[in-house]
Amino acid sequence: MTVIEPHVERDHVPAPDDATTRQGRAWKNRLFKLAMLFCMFVAFGTLAVLLVDTLVTGWPALSSQLLTGLPSTVAGEAGARPAILATLYLGALVLLFSVPIGVLTAIYLEEYANRERWWNRAIEVNIQNLAAVPAIVYGILGLAFIVRGIGVGRVVLAGGLILTLVVLPTVVVASREAIRSVPDSIRQGAFALGATKWQVVWRQVLPAAIPGMATGAILALSRAVGETAPLIMVGAITYVAFNPTLMGPYTALPVQIYNWTKQPDADFQVLAAAGAVVLLVIVLSMNAVAIVLRNRYRRQW
Amino acid sequence: MTTADATVARPAATTLPRKKVRWGEQVVHLVLFVAAAISVLTTVGIVVSLVLPALDFFREVSPVDFFTGTTWAPLFLDAQFGVVPLVVGTFVISFWSALVAFPLGIGVAIYLSEYAAPRATAFLKPILEILAAIPTVVLGYFALTFVTPFLRDQLNVQVEIFNALSASLVLGIMLIPTVATLSEDAMAAVPRDLRDGGYALGADKLQVSTRIVVPAAVSGIIAAFVLAFSRAVGETMIVLIAAGQLAQITFDPRETIETITAFIGATGNGDVPTGSTEYKTIFAVGLTLFVMTLVMNLISIRLVRKYREVYE
Repeated sequence: MTVIEPHVERDHVPAPDDATTRQGRAWKNRLFKLAMLFCMFVAFGTLAVLLVDTLVTGWPALSSQLLTGLPSTVAGEAGARPAILATLYLGALVLLFSVPIGVLTAIYLEEYANRERWWNRAIEVNIQNLAAVPAIVYGILGLAFIVRGIGVGRVVLAGGLILTLVVLPTVVVASREAIRSVPDSIRQGAFALGATKWQVVWRQVLPAAIPGMATGAILALSRAVGETAPLIMVGAITYVAFNPTLMGPYTALPVQIYNWTKQPDADFQVLAAAGAVVLLVIVLSMNAVAIVLRNRYRRQW
Repeated sequence: MTTADATVARPAATTLPRKKVRWGEQVVHLVLFVAAAISVLTTVGIVVSLVLPALDFFREVSPVDFFTGTTWAPLFLDAQFGVVPLVVGTFVISFWSALVAFPLGIGVAIYLSEYAAPRATAFLKPILEILAAIPTVVLGYFALTFVTPFLRDQLNVQVEIFNALSASLVLGIMLIPTVATLSEDAMAAVPRDLRDGGYALGADKLQVSTRIVVPAAVSGIIAAFVLAFSRAVGETMIVLIAAGQLAQITFDPRETIETITAFIGATGNGDVPTGSTEYKTIFAVGLTLFVMTLVMNLISIRLVRKYREVYE
């Protein structure tokens, strides 16, 4: 009955009564777990050090003057009001453009597109690739087409359009996931009652997917607000001593921080840290809202 | 046989009464398609905006000199357009940041997927997202004003003020969430049965994690690596601020270097006159960057699809 084939290798399976091997395994397991905790510690530790260091360095310059003052060549008098205002404008433009386009694209891909068709698969792969195209490449696109090509110039609108393109894939991916999580039974139910396709999408699917879409939109917005490289390319200039307008020159908060970082004067380094604190507060509070939103409205169907 | 059945069945399905074409529905379909096409237009726009000036550039500078030249000095009077130093600088940065991000990211992913209690995951994942959300200009500032002095004074590493090492370290940390979340997705897609099978054979958690889950999720993990590497290649602000702008061929991370993205960021800020050779350089270099990241992204997309096909 129990004939053990001689060629079967069994030596890698420890004998159950071998106490030393078992102990070795327990130690290996403990070490492995420790190694993983170390990985978590490095990631979170760096995050903590970064937040604390930025806050401590920037603390002396964190004042109402930073928020309301105009930029200056004297570090002690410099503020970031035009940059902060422009960043708010840019954020509004990004929301205005990216949410409708992103949501409509997501509806198309999830509800309408026939996956058998090559062009629909191409759109899908294209969006996945766009999500990973370096932001600075979008900056080149903006430089060639929007700033110099159409000749809009270095204005807030151009920056807003480019940031829209940068974050559009994020909005699409998040909206698609939100739409996909709406169970099919809801669609079938509506169809059974005689609804047309658009009625099903508009009145059943979209309302159910709104929390997920809002989360994605806020995360995309927070990314746009912190984005620097493409704005450098489309000409957010260094020195803007007036409030920005939609079609006027501007500098955004991240670009302002970058420019302060480049100054040799140590006082400007403090100013850069203070600007970074403001930017972090804006970005991280948006992320917090997104996370809370997601947790609160996570529905189990 | 079966084809005959199908032809019999079909007419019955298509002759359901349909009173009229709903024009509203058609319009909606068209509007949605146009929205989706904007992303394709974006890609077309990127390619056109890169290729046309780049072609112009290659009329002035021979492609052979560009891709094999080892001196990068486009703004000098005696201009030299050898892109090799920039490519080497880019890969030095990406290599060292991958060395940080890959093991740490995998560790975080295995911990979240196999070890952490659900409550711990619910707490830890948002923190990872916060790490991913830190603006890169802030990370660059951190690399320049904290990590570099820390390396010099505390760890006694002789680095230049602008150096590849601190930029790579910070970039690597920045990429941990990318590696971790994508790998964890792949590990979560590994069916429970495989794990249970391992435990039933007497394997412990370490063995199940490293010999069953990780091998089963390997295509997703490699996809995460490739995507993270592509991100490292394309990251601009950290290297622009912390690694400097000195295009030289060196593999020593303690030295100042220049990456492709840092050159574009430093040159493209608007002072360069349109139509000059320097202006076109931005596009030739940008095209190089775009092609490099495109290849990596497509590999990553394909790998992700592969593991989804296997398990979902």
